[in-house]
Amino acid sequence: MSAEAIQTRRDWLLSDRPASRMQARLGRAYVAWRRFSANPLAFVGLLIIIGLLVVAAFADVLAPYSPTIGDLKGSRLLAPSAAHWFGTDDLGRDIYSRIIYGSRWTLYVVILVAIIAAPIGLLVGTVAGYAGGWTDAILMRITDIFLAFPKLILALAFVAALGPGIENAVLAIAITSWPPYARIARAETLTVRNSDYIKAVQLMGASPFRIVLRHIMPLCISSLIIRVTLDMAGIILTAAGLGFLGLGAQPPLPEWGAMIASGRRFVLDQWWVAGAPGFAILIVSLGFNLLGDGLRDALDPRSGDQ
Amino acid sequence: MSAAENQVAARRGSARAVTVLSAIGRFLVIAITTYLGLLAVTFFIGRVIPIDPVLAVLGDRAPANVVERTRREMGLDLPLIEQFYIYVKNALNGDFGTSVLTTNPVMTDIRRAFPATIELATLGTLIGSVIGVPLGVLAAVRRGSLIDQIVRIIGLIGYSVPIFWLGLLGLVLFYAKLQWVAFPARLDVVYEYTFTPITGFYLLDAAMQGQWDVFYDAFRHIILPASLLGYFSLAYISRMTRSFMLNELSQEYIVAARAKGLSERRIIWAHALRNAAVPMVTVIALSYAGLLEGSVLTETVFSWPGIGLYITNSLQNADMNAVLGGTIVIGSVFIAINLFSDLLYRVLDPRTKAG
Repeated sequence: MSAEAIQTRRDWLLSDRPASRMQARLGRAYVAWRRFSANPLAFVGLLIIIGLLVVAAFADVLAPYSPTIGDLKGSRLLAPSAAHWFGTDDLGRDIYSRIIYGSRWTLYVVILVAIIAAPIGLLVGTVAGYAGGWTDAILMRITDIFLAFPKLILALAFVAALGPGIENAVLAIAITSWPPYARIARAETLTVRNSDYIKAVQLMGASPFRIVLRHIMPLCISSLIIRVTLDMAGIILTAAGLGFLGLGAQPPLPEWGAMIASGRRFVLDQWWVAGAPGFAILIVSLGFNLLGDGLRDALDPRSGDQ
Repeated sequence: MSAAENQVAARRGSARAVTVLSAIGRFLVIAITTYLGLLAVTFFIGRVIPIDPVLAVLGDRAPANVVERTRREMGLDLPLIEQFYIYVKNALNGDFGTSVLTTNPVMTDIRRAFPATIELATLGTLIGSVIGVPLGVLAAVRRGSLIDQIVRIIGLIGYSVPIFWLGLLGLVLFYAKLQWVAFPARLDVVYEYTFTPITGFYLLDAAMQGQWDVFYDAFRHIILPASLLGYFSLAYISRMTRSFMLNELSQEYIVAARAKGLSERRIIWAHALRNAAVPMVTVIALSYAGLLEGSVLTETVFSWPGIGLYITNSLQNADMNAVLGGTIVIGSVFIAINLFSDLLYRVLDPRTKAG
């Protein structure tokens, strides 16, 4: 493609007078992408997350050994070597393979928490913001009450009652992490509820249900996505903490937090058993934090029109 | 002053009294609903989620008449709302039931464990603020410089690293390899019998009694977990200080101070930092609350006999009274710190008084 063609395509994308909705959307996406990719740290974050997805998808191919069945006879607590890159644990299982499979559980947790907590927050926030009055006051009081709780301790108590297990851990984290999303959705709703286009839809006779669902919720999505991405690291750390305390994933699941807990007993002599999974948590959390920061800088509506 | 002026002044005074009263009223409503909410959630966790709380206490092999009697003793035959009323009343009296594990009233256990948690979190916050605030100020003043990048990386890692993992690595390095710090506990066994704590804050107690060998030993035990918590609060405090300072340094009064010819040091540390101090108080209070919460994991790693360890030990033995009692106590302190830092913000910042 010639330089000229690229130039005109860029002009088309950056046009002040888009001829179609698609052109406007593509243009905005292009501007956001340009701002995002100009930020090297955000790009590193993106690469880490893509790496996580690839590793989780191809775990069967990438892992040289079984994640759950070890060689009890010949390979207990071996130090890192060419055969076992990150060593082996007390049941003779290859830690590298377990970490690779563990990426699936990490993704499982963050995705489930996000798809449970974000819609709850979105619903509470948009309804409160659009309805106003007493509905707003009551819903926001409940939100603020939940916001004032210590999240980890509350999640702990929830799992203690529900019983240990990765599903219950997900549920407990989701229950404690929706309030910020409700606040964001409400703030976004308040900025648009009195705008002309909402009045126009009202005049055309749309029901409040339809207005909230079709005309308000879509506008809250982008700021919600940023916030969810920024929270992903926190979700991973909480899930790992629950796993470490024996409340999250149960053995023999190769969940990273639980792996650290099982390596804790020999940490003074065989540090790699607990060391490697913790490093994996650090890298992935860092990836989500960098990506979230980058997304916020790129998509922040306050700096959107520069 | 004329009569009319008097009248105006009085009206203004009463108007101010009304706004103050309404502010206090709002504060009380928020405080009460938040605490009721906390108790409602723990009530829900303890009484509603378990299919049968009696079974949870007695096990499934108890004879039917015992089950029936226990059900009545626990008040489970009453309507739910009445049960909740009794629950709140007991909680307000500090009655969280008896721990199955230690057979003590939960409140007695918690009272014993509380000072350990507070001592650890306080030292952690102290370390975090003493290092974090100057780092944040330097990062803001030299924006984009090496120190700014370092502060950014410290913050990013602090937000991304699992605290219990870092604690384990710390033990491997500073206890096992370098032997700089003592093994995970609060005090060496040697001192268990010679040292009688007064307040429960060992560092303070040892210093008050002049037992400097105990003080040194307690210090060797607390320094690693406290530094770890300190790192987490440092990550948060330095990042927030930086953004507050950047905000202040772009204000016009800074330009005015420069125009007057004040030294750069005076502008930064006396003028800008003083104005950033108000939100800083909130940030430090919030980080303190966060450390109380983080104590669950840290205390488990360092066998630190505080509320966090109490909760996790009870968890492993399905001792729900103890778990929920600990949750309520940490939750209450957490909420109180939140509320009071908000209140303090209003009192300290003259701009929020007007409204």
